[in-house]
Amino acid sequence: MTDVAAPGAPENITTSDGVPLKVSLARATRRQRMQALLLVLPLLLFLLVAFVLPIGEMLFRSIYSPIGPDVLPNFSKVIQEWDGEDLPPESTFEVFVKDMTAARESNEIGKTVGNLATRVNYEIPGSRGLFTKSARKVKNITEGPYKEALIGLDKRWEDQHIWRTLQRISSNYTMSFYLAATDRKYDENNDIVMADPLYQIYLPIMGKTLWLSALITFICLLVAYPVSYLLATLPLRTSNLLMIMVLLPFWTSLLVRTTAWIAMLQTEGIVNNILVFTRVISEESRIQMIYNQTGTIVAMVHILLPFMILPLYSVMKTIPPYYMRAARSLGATGTYSFVKVYFPQTIPGIAAGTLLVFILAIGYYITPALVGGSDGLLISNLIADHIKKTLNWSLGSALGAILLAIVLIFYWIYNKLVGVDNLKFG
Amino acid sequence: MKKFLTTSLSVLALGAVSTAASAEGSLTAVSWGGAYTKSQVKAYHEPFTAKTGIKINSVDYSGGIAEVKAQVEAGNVSWDIVDVELSDAVRGCDEGIFEKIDASTLPAGADGKPAQEDFLPGTLHECAVANIVWSTIYAYDDTKIGDKKPTTMADFFDTKTWEGKRGLRKGPKPNLEFALIADGVAAADVYEELAKPESIDRAFAKLDTIKASAVWWEAGAQPPQLLADGEVLMTTAYNGRIFNAVAAENKPFVIVWDGQVWDIDLWAIPKGAPNMDKAMEFLKFSTETQQLANQAKYIAYGPARMSSAPLVGKYEDGKIDMGPQMPTAAANLANAVQNDFEWWADNQDALNERFNAWLAQ
Amino acid sequence: MVRFQNVQKSYDGETLVVKDLNLDIATGEFVTMLGPSGSGKTTTLMMLAGFEPATHGEIYLNGNPINNVPPHKRGIGMVFQNYALFPHMSVAENLAFPLAVRGMTKSEQEDKVKRVLEMVELPEFGGRRPAQLSGGQQQRVAVARALVFEPDLVLMDEPLGALDKQLREQMQYEIKHIHESLGVTVVYVTHDQSEALTMSDRVAVFEDGIIQQLSSPEELYERPKNSFVAQFIGENNKLRGTVQEIGKDKLATVKLDSGDMVKALAVNVSSKGERTLLSVRPERVAIEPKKTPNTVTLTGRVEELIYLGDHIRTRMSVAGHPDFIVKVPNNAEHHELTQGQTTTLGWQAEDCRALDDLAA
Repeated sequence: MTDVAAPGAPENITTSDGVPLKVSLARATRRQRMQALLLVLPLLLFLLVAFVLPIGEMLFRSIYSPIGPDVLPNFSKVIQEWDGEDLPPESTFEVFVKDMTAARESNEIGKTVGNLATRVNYEIPGSRGLFTKSARKVKNITEGPYKEALIGLDKRWEDQHIWRTLQRISSNYTMSFYLAATDRKYDENNDIVMADPLYQIYLPIMGKTLWLSALITFICLLVAYPVSYLLATLPLRTSNLLMIMVLLPFWTSLLVRTTAWIAMLQTEGIVNNILVFTRVISEESRIQMIYNQTGTIVAMVHILLPFMILPLYSVMKTIPPYYMRAARSLGATGTYSFVKVYFPQTIPGIAAGTLLVFILAIGYYITPALVGGSDGLLISNLIADHIKKTLNWSLGSALGAILLAIVLIFYWIYNKLVGVDNLKFG
Repeated sequence: MKKFLTTSLSVLALGAVSTAASAEGSLTAVSWGGAYTKSQVKAYHEPFTAKTGIKINSVDYSGGIAEVKAQVEAGNVSWDIVDVELSDAVRGCDEGIFEKIDASTLPAGADGKPAQEDFLPGTLHECAVANIVWSTIYAYDDTKIGDKKPTTMADFFDTKTWEGKRGLRKGPKPNLEFALIADGVAAADVYEELAKPESIDRAFAKLDTIKASAVWWEAGAQPPQLLADGEVLMTTAYNGRIFNAVAAENKPFVIVWDGQVWDIDLWAIPKGAPNMDKAMEFLKFSTETQQLANQAKYIAYGPARMSSAPLVGKYEDGKIDMGPQMPTAAANLANAVQNDFEWWADNQDALNERFNAWLAQ
Repeated sequence: MVRFQNVQKSYDGETLVVKDLNLDIATGEFVTMLGPSGSGKTTTLMMLAGFEPATHGEIYLNGNPINNVPPHKRGIGMVFQNYALFPHMSVAENLAFPLAVRGMTKSEQEDKVKRVLEMVELPEFGGRRPAQLSGGQQQRVAVARALVFEPDLVLMDEPLGALDKQLREQMQYEIKHIHESLGVTVVYVTHDQSEALTMSDRVAVFEDGIIQQLSSPEELYERPKNSFVAQFIGENNKLRGTVQEIGKDKLATVKLDSGDMVKALAVNVSSKGERTLLSVRPERVAIEPKKTPNTVTLTGRVEELIYLGDHIRTRMSVAGHPDFIVKVPNNAEHHELTQGQTTTLGWQAEDCRALDDLAA
């Protein structure tokens, strides 16, 4: 290409027949670029379908909740005009009764009174029955005054709180799930307040998740560092054997490993039996090591350890032994050389390992679910609960989005501190 | 847009749930697995196949309506009939994911009583038909408990007299009921009492007294295992699971019926089930008087039809008389209450959060 | 200054890498350990630096035994093969490292770093990272770092191995100059004989864990003590034969395998009938030599001629050896040879050394 470029003309270089060089170059490499694109296309499509779309859907679901307008289409429009004082006007009550009757009849998936009741129950616990019970009788109200008739069915229809909540959920988009995910709620006056301390769960668990993840990451680092050092410095034959021992758990099913820890740590388990047998502890004072935080920490450290060892190892492998020798020849003690010369060079590995382990730990689910017991639960277990058991997918999505945001924030901080190009994952 | 997104998530949420072949002449019945599914296979599936030639494909699940909801919303239903708890049946019906079932089309009892009168009160629902009555009770290992045996719900909470771990279901239901009963509320009045907000505090305060000794279980198979392993001294459990451990595995477990909270399991048909007609045929067949009575031969859950009770005989080994093992036996009902699904439907979400917060403290 | 006394080293307990090493190095001396890889030279250096313990024997530094002194207390500067500059520190930080370890104040450190950077002619490079320097610059920094804390003894382990030829030659002189101007003792390890000959006061040729010869470069080249040294240092022609007689003038009469009788200086042959390897440097061989009493002459056939400017490298068949090299100087009176031509060639008997025959 260079031979056709006009010499000595740095700007607007053209080929010999006058085509700008850049255009000519683009044309020449187009085929290659198309081929490259074709090669990555399957992966791109896979990422799009398996990653981008679900996450987009999750983010969307955490604020999109069309149940109000879906179940009560006409009411959702007229309630917007209510000023929030006293009770809505009679005309609004009439629309409400007719919408409820229609919803009860249609029974279309996602647009039933049950869906509405569930939705309102998120906002006002205990109000579910008000909707489901009233819905069964509401078709009997055929003429006005609708307000009195409805209140005749159930006194709770007199409560302003119900109507303010209905007004609020009559929009397709809502912040309530993010409020709920941060232990906040709307009170009777539509003000955002903290939930009753007895019902606050997400912030404490989120905090605990972060704290436990940090602790697990730290323990992993403490354990992995010397192991990686050995791996990187031992003769090949020995280190290969050690590497297999590190990777062996990797090739074993996660469930099997976690279950193995249950067998090890339960009160009638191997560790306790040995302690009792050797009379370190008495039969009565067997230690509770599983179904609590300790169990979660032990099992997760074990499971996440390879993710710390591998990046550390790959970095340490590239640090030749002569740096330490050089430091010692320059008069530094072993410890000083380690701290000033060896350790700083392993920082990319430490950074990669801690980031990897921390992010994995934050979102870990199976292990805490199996061995977490009462106080070893993490935020992912609550998310799974909402997706699988309570079916409050929107709240699960909001929690998932917050978790995602936390991970991204940590990634950003890391990028600032270490620089992502400096991370070495192996 | 919304429809597309919903579909995409639902498809993904389904994950590994296989699309069972909806071939001609077969039916996919979903239930809770283990000894319970086995009893259904013996009492319902096998006679049904013998009679109609329709094969039944048995699938296990762990309860809840999440999977059904995902299938129905995705428009890709592979399950034909599902064994659900009452609260799930009600909620699924409210949300429109179960077919409506006209109770008047159900066969009359063996004694000729129409179905609506033959089924126990509250066991027929708009979208579901009950098959069994089951109960959450507590049990202990007779060889480890010592000379003094616990007899009341209060004894379960008495960790001074009976020092040791307690197995409890991880969730508010029915621990709140148990706590109030142990605290002196008559079983029959429990839900009346629970309607008062201060009673929730009272129940949690009672649970506080055994929190340090608690071992939490989630799947029904866990409590007998915990007892057998000596991990706990007493545990709450489903009565059928304890009975099977005693009858089939000769475990020295004893059930304490005082304060039991009983509930029903029902058949429900997901909206859009691929073999709707056959599912309905199976539902009617399996809830006939004789089939319900037969099931009691294999597991200690009571038949939902009154006409089945006199037909209940002995356990499959021919030795144990099944009558007294049923939650519905008169002796067992002395201090008992039926799970109030409506109260739970109203309060479940909030109480789950409070329970989790309490656990995490 | 440095003394090795009966030092032995084994890694596996089965074979000795260093066999009975005895070596004295005087203060201010530049001693090179030269040898092929696996000859024990680097191991010897590592024992001196303290990174490998001696299996047997004693090493003395300034008269004190140092076998049990850890490396950081030996006060020996060291330049490593790959420079071993700490990649996470700037050049100045690298240079200040040994000073900081010794508890010097910041201003003292800065002062010394500045001076040593000037010495290696890199005064502007203190703030850079090693990776931002060229190979030659890194090399200088490595040397500077080994010298900045003013050690009496500096060890260099093939420090120029990674440089290209031109730069290597330049650095050889620079290191030599630094050595001369500072007066430090240098122990240098290399497998490059020309490097060893250029820089050293004395060269120790290592092979098979033994010092084959320890002498000045000139001595080493002119008077190799055995056939290994002769072959390892410089180019030489080999002729095999049997000793017939050793005269009083130390001249042996040798019957070559081709039957020719030649005279050669007996270096390490002692008795009649012994097999010997005669070694003669190509530049000492003349074509059609003038006859003197001690001239040895043979006939040879020209096989190949390579024109090299200052001389013509001529490969000949002589006494049955097809690779006998003669360097014919490209001067006014040189003989014009053609391929296939047969001619006489010869040398002074004392330039031909009768050595032990390794192949025997």
